[in-house]
Amino acid sequence: MNVSDIILPLLIAAILFYGIGKRVDVYSAFVEGAIEGAKSAVKIFPYILAIVFAINLFIQSGAEDFLVSILQPITSVIGFPTELLSLSIVKPLSGSGSMGVFQSILENFGADSYIGRSASVLMGSSETIFYTTAVYFGAVGISNYRYTIKVGLISHIASIIAALVICNFMF
Amino acid sequence: MKNMWFSLIFLGLLFSFLNGKPEIVMNVLFYDLEKSIQLILSLIPVMAFWTGLMNIVEKTNILDRFSSLLRPLVRFLFSDLQNDVKAVNAILITLAANMFGIGNSATAFGIRAMQEMQRSNANKKTANNAMCMFLIINVSSIQLISINVIKLRADSGSLAPTEIILPTLIATTFSTLVAIIFAKYYERKSQ
Repeated sequence: MNVSDIILPLLIAAILFYGIGKRVDVYSAFVEGAIEGAKSAVKIFPYILAIVFAINLFIQSGAEDFLVSILQPITSVIGFPTELLSLSIVKPLSGSGSMGVFQSILENFGADSYIGRSASVLMGSSETIFYTTAVYFGAVGISNYRYTIKVGLISHIASIIAALVICNFMF
Repeated sequence: MKNMWFSLIFLGLLFSFLNGKPEIVMNVLFYDLEKSIQLILSLIPVMAFWTGLMNIVEKTNILDRFSSLLRPLVRFLFSDLQNDVKAVNAILITLAANMFGIGNSATAFGIRAMQEMQRSNANKKTANNAMCMFLIINVSSIQLISINVIKLRADSGSLAPTEIILPTLIATTFSTLVAIIFAKYYERKSQ
């Protein structure tokens, strides 16, 4: 059992009772809102399709491995652990992909090693940038994202540095 | 995004040939694209459910009181929105849903918030500052506890699967602050 298991039923109960207390027709309001939600879920499908195709092709074709191999000499000069390079590249691209890479890091180095801990912190401190951006902007028909992806990547780099530095100091 | 999408596909196609595995393209087409329909099929009920509940909440006006408490912060982060209460409410709910990871609700609320912001957006094809800030905060991850990571650590035999909670909080706070600072910097630069 975790926190969200407890919050969920309480939240649903609170919303329904509060709604009834405020004399809202909860059933009609729910259905009306749900129609909108279902519509936007269908509307984002092509964006999900586009991003899933590109990212899976990129990772599975070996293009990602190649990118890791050309970055390796550079990152080893600055002392960046090469074991984390693949995770650092896959994390902004794919949630399920990064889970796979993370699992193999835990298997190979152990969860309680420096690499294992840094990878854990990194997993929890950054997000799938391209997918989220494509879906959110796609849902409202925006095609010019301006600086969003650039700053998302800067933040991802900040979280990599933070993960390494913090794990170095705290354990 | 256009260039990014093209580059990923181009590199993917190129390397599938260079590595002598052109059948990869077919595999992705059949197996992985099928996963995207599974993803959407699981998103439809979840999103419909949460926007349904959300609609009840909106009809009670309780959020207006809550969001007025956070007004100074909101005014700094999302200055374009001024007093657009509906958009601000939707943003706050998304961020709260993200922090606590409640029942996969974040996407539903996030899209809702984007729709609210789009109403007052001058150029419907271009993201305004508030939208960029909203997306940037979202992708910098503000989740307080990542259950999945702790579970995988425990499964792999860690002696202290939860010891990464505090370091993760510090790291994610740092990266979110960096994200906000850079978002503000580019916001000013583009004016």
